[in-house]
Amino acid sequence: MIEILHYEFMRNALFAAVLVGIACGIVGAFVVVKKIVFISGGISHAAFGGIGLGYLLNINPVLTAIPFSLLSALAIGILSKKTKISEDSAIGILWSVGMALGILFISLSPGYAPDLFGYLFGSILTVPISDIIIMLVLDIIIIVTVLLLYKELHALSFDEEFSLIVGVPTQTLYLILLCLVALSIIVLIRVVGIILVIALLTIPATIAKQFTNKLRTLIVLSMILAVVLTVIGLCLSYVFDVPSGAAIVLFLAIVFTICAGLRKYLASKAK
Amino acid sequence: MNKDTIVKLENVYFAYTNVSVLEDINITIKQNDFLGIIGPNGGGKTTILRIILGLLEPDKGKVYVFDTSAKKARQHIGYLPQHITFDFDFPISVSEVVLMGRLGKRGIGRKYTKTDISVCMAALEKVGMQQYRNNEIGKLSQGQRQRVFIARALSTEPKLLLLDEPVSSVDTQWQQTFYELLHDLNKEMTIVLVTHDISVVSTYIDKIACLNKRLYYHGSKKVGMHKISEMYEYPVQLITHAPAHDSVGDNDK
Repeated sequence: MIEILHYEFMRNALFAAVLVGIACGIVGAFVVVKKIVFISGGISHAAFGGIGLGYLLNINPVLTAIPFSLLSALAIGILSKKTKISEDSAIGILWSVGMALGILFISLSPGYAPDLFGYLFGSILTVPISDIIIMLVLDIIIIVTVLLLYKELHALSFDEEFSLIVGVPTQTLYLILLCLVALSIIVLIRVVGIILVIALLTIPATIAKQFTNKLRTLIVLSMILAVVLTVIGLCLSYVFDVPSGAAIVLFLAIVFTICAGLRKYLASKAK
Repeated sequence: MNKDTIVKLENVYFAYTNVSVLEDINITIKQNDFLGIIGPNGGGKTTILRIILGLLEPDKGKVYVFDTSAKKARQHIGYLPQHITFDFDFPISVSEVVLMGRLGKRGIGRKYTKTDISVCMAALEKVGMQQYRNNEIGKLSQGQRQRVFIARALSTEPKLLLLDEPVSSVDTQWQQTFYELLHDLNKEMTIVLVTHDISVVSTYIDKIACLNKRLYYHGSKKVGMHKISEMYEYPVQLITHAPAHDSVGDNDK
């Protein structure tokens, strides 16, 4: 097993797993406690438009996906708060429009789109070093923002109205949170792909939430869980020779089921 | 505007998509008033508080709070909403909830200071919840949670305290303590309390406003209690509270 570390692609994959864990641990904790899982799903699918644009313009699709997912995050936030469109309708519209644009752009771009499958379902083994650098920068942005705005984001997630009354600019802060979700999705795209992103944003934080009632601990715990489980999922995909994105997500789901069952068992024993 | 006027509503109208809730409301709340707003469900009590907070914009009319707009003034207001819905699993402790009241006191992204923490601990002590400060808020009883939210309203060090049905789920023993606390706080701040419990009005409150879409009476309690039965649309419901009946009778004499 250890011999796989000799390969550069494997070392990159491990780096990628750590960077993914950091992003989805921090942002996933807020996604789960603020209950914006489906907004995150919408943003990630809308980001496919950006991937398509990358193919069309012949630029790294990860780069073009950044403005695309940021814009769709802002659009969902603004549409649902400022207009009479309900939040889930706004999500549905952006979700499908983003996907449609992606398909249109790809069909317009010359030639064949070779690693499109990787953007949809992830392929951690093919992450180039250039993408790792992008992921690292985005991780740093996420960490710094959350360190600066931790207590405001915590308050916003708990009671938006009261935060507004005491003078927190809740609208702006909410849009910042959605932008963090958008950035974390970019970090995750290469590893699990647009369609499976939501698993990494929700499952580690949901597992961690069963074991702690402190937000700080929740963030740290989901970071550790995400890194460890992604790496194990990666190894399993290597051993069984199955697609890495699917292996990671299914392994997360198995651990989640075991933890939920274990907790229920312990709770019943305690009574 | 007079210097000791805290809140002034002039000809305020409000409707939730064509359902009129408030019509032609004129009310002046002065410094150190202890005003009880009473009225039936759907009478617009909560709406009037939300207009004072600038959370709702009136369709017509003017709102002045601390001589400025409601939105600018709300940092001086402590607010206890009637219902706070949240996930009982939410990872937040009692002291973190109360510290929320301090968020606007310094710039975004700044750490809480020692003053913030001591103000919050004092607020928790006032509501008798300091021993629960490290508990998770979702694990407390409804009455205990309400006391924590009162502490949170106090931690903003408000000049105006707006309380929406503050005793709806706390036990009677604590209600007594609570009204005595309010009586003390009233020396430093103006208090507006929304309630349908008229016995409270008779004992502790010095001014009342009877609200049922329109403002039926606004002024001193003595005259008001006498007039409630004439002006109120649902007098029977209110007067059937036994202690209330007695006190209305007393005021009559």
